Amino acid sequence: MNAGVGIHIESLSKRYGEGAAAVDALKDVNMSVAPGEVVGLIGPSGSGKTTLLKCLGAVIEPTRGRMMLGGEVIYDNAWKISDLRELRRDRIGFIFQAPYLIPFLDVTDNVALLPMLAGRPNGEARSRAVELLQALDVAHRAKAQPSELSGGEQQRVSIARALANKPPVILADEPTAPLDSERALAVMRILNLMASQYQTAIIVVTHDEKIIPTFKRIYHIRDGRTVEEAGEGREVGP
Amino acid sequence: MISLAGRDILHSWGKFALTGLGLGLLIGVTLTMAGVYRGMVDDAKVLLKNSGADLWVVQKDTQGPYAESSSIRDDVYRGILGMPGVVQAANVTYLTMQVRKGDTEVRAMVVGFVPGGPGEPGYLVAGRRVTRGHYEAVADVNTGFAVGDRLRIRRHDYTVVGLTRRMVSSGGDPMVFIPLKDAQEAQFLKDNDAIVSERARTALNPSLNRPGVPGLLEAIDASQTSNRNVNAVLVRVAEGRSPEAVAQIIRRWKHLQAYTRAQMEEILVAKLIATAARQIAMFLAILAIVSAAIVAFIIYTMTLGKIREIAVLKLIGTRNRTIASMILQQALGLGLIGFLVGKISATVWAPAFPKYVLLETGDTARGFLIVMMVCAFASTLAIRAALKVDPATAIGG
Repeated sequence: MNAGVGIHIESLSKRYGEGAAAVDALKDVNMSVAPGEVVGLIGPSGSGKTTLLKCLGAVIEPTRGRMMLGGEVIYDNAWKISDLRELRRDRIGFIFQAPYLIPFLDVTDNVALLPMLAGRPNGEARSRAVELLQALDVAHRAKAQPSELSGGEQQRVSIARALANKPPVILADEPTAPLDSERALAVMRILNLMASQYQTAIIVVTHDEKIIPTFKRIYHIRDGRTVEEAGEGREVGP
Repeated sequence: MISLAGRDILHSWGKFALTGLGLGLLIGVTLTMAGVYRGMVDDAKVLLKNSGADLWVVQKDTQGPYAESSSIRDDVYRGILGMPGVVQAANVTYLTMQVRKGDTEVRAMVVGFVPGGPGEPGYLVAGRRVTRGHYEAVADVNTGFAVGDRLRIRRHDYTVVGLTRRMVSSGGDPMVFIPLKDAQEAQFLKDNDAIVSERARTALNPSLNRPGVPGLLEAIDASQTSNRNVNAVLVRVAEGRSPEAVAQIIRRWKHLQAYTRAQMEEILVAKLIATAARQIAMFLAILAIVSAAIVAFIIYTMTLGKIREIAVLKLIGTRNRTIASMILQQALGLGLIGFLVGKISATVWAPAFPKYVLLETGDTARGFLIVMMVCAFASTLAIRAALKVDPATAIGG
């Protein structure tokens, strides 16, 4: 175990199809994100961003390569974890382009659902939810239904949900796409804060020009290959 | 762990309530159909019970008087009365007809009975028993008649002197009880014009109108205008005597058919209403299939409407069995709402049916189990669809 690594991947490849129809969506991708760090993953449509996110999220199996999560090897040319559902539940947080909150649960239970699914007592799960909602400044909407929240509030709740099981890694799939500049920067501020506060490695897939300057490190992905470069790391305020 | 199904139902309670209401009305119809069958069986049993008879003596080789027509001479009862073990024997006639009251008509079974004998209505809910030999009637309350009403049966008017309850034919028609002689006349006699024509026809027949045989024509005319037939003799046997043993003696020596109550019940339930029962069974099967299709369609549609949420739930680590359980619970919840609505509806509208609808607790319990099983079965389609959802669809392109 290497506690100093949030997520680390080496030579990760993903091929769809066989023979002449085969498409290499990822080609020897390397990436490393430290705990508490927020990195950007950018690239044009069809470059392999989503495929990489799905591999990192353990929803599709890479063709070969190596992945470590929180210092533990989870994939080395084959899955090293028997229960991927449990891996996703306990060790990976997901933030989607749209918040995708469960419409029939109130804000607190949307966040508390993950700890509950992990077997934690309801009281403990709700306490954790309230703590996160307070940290994200939406505790005043704790009893509201998702449909009663603004877009920004919904996204903050989805961030709280992603953090609920204290995962070492959060994968954010264009989390600011539906938001205006101000709200998009606010979300980035929160992600940076949460990454630092909970020592979570966060990968943000985006092509949102508004937030790209906020990353300190950026991975460009093109034709299935990644290139790392330094970002501007512009401050997004307190 | 929170109940995802319960929360979803609460969240979209309006949709659930309306769907449950629609399903419930269908279940109500199903329960009512079962109640109609039970009512028919109960009517048959009550008909036999209220007649107060242990044996039904009818024409040989018939299954009368209810399932088939039967005609026997009205003096047969005297011979039966003299048999060992027989306490009472009385003639009865049954005739289903339109009974008129003013300008209105009611379909009823007119029963001719001997006051004080088997076949007389067991109890009255209003008025008194028939005390005169002619033109008085006791009617079942379902006829809609009241004490003091004047009824017309064939050529004569009758005054309703009493009302009884739950006295209906196996077909569900309410009964009107009149004195036996009146009933015989109503059932077998022709109108005056027909009698005059018949007499003229007889007088023209040289073999019946023989000048050398005085009194022959008059005797024939008299036989044509009097009636000596009844449909059955109801027999009450002495306590401790086997009705079957008495029936065997009647069958052997009187050249008549005699049925015990159990045999008569078999004829009524297994033969007379068997076709109706099969008809109702078909309706029940079709309604069950329709209900299953509706539940399957509703639950499937509701599940398809939540595909994205299900993908997210699966992505964040929800077990398949938790998702399947959520859908199953929703289907069962829908069934429960539907069943409650159906039971209440059936109970409310059952008394308004013209025929007796008997909603039995056993049928209700069986209906509940069937509804739950149908809902569980119907949810499998939606569960299959939900389990096929790829969690990867929650992520981007």
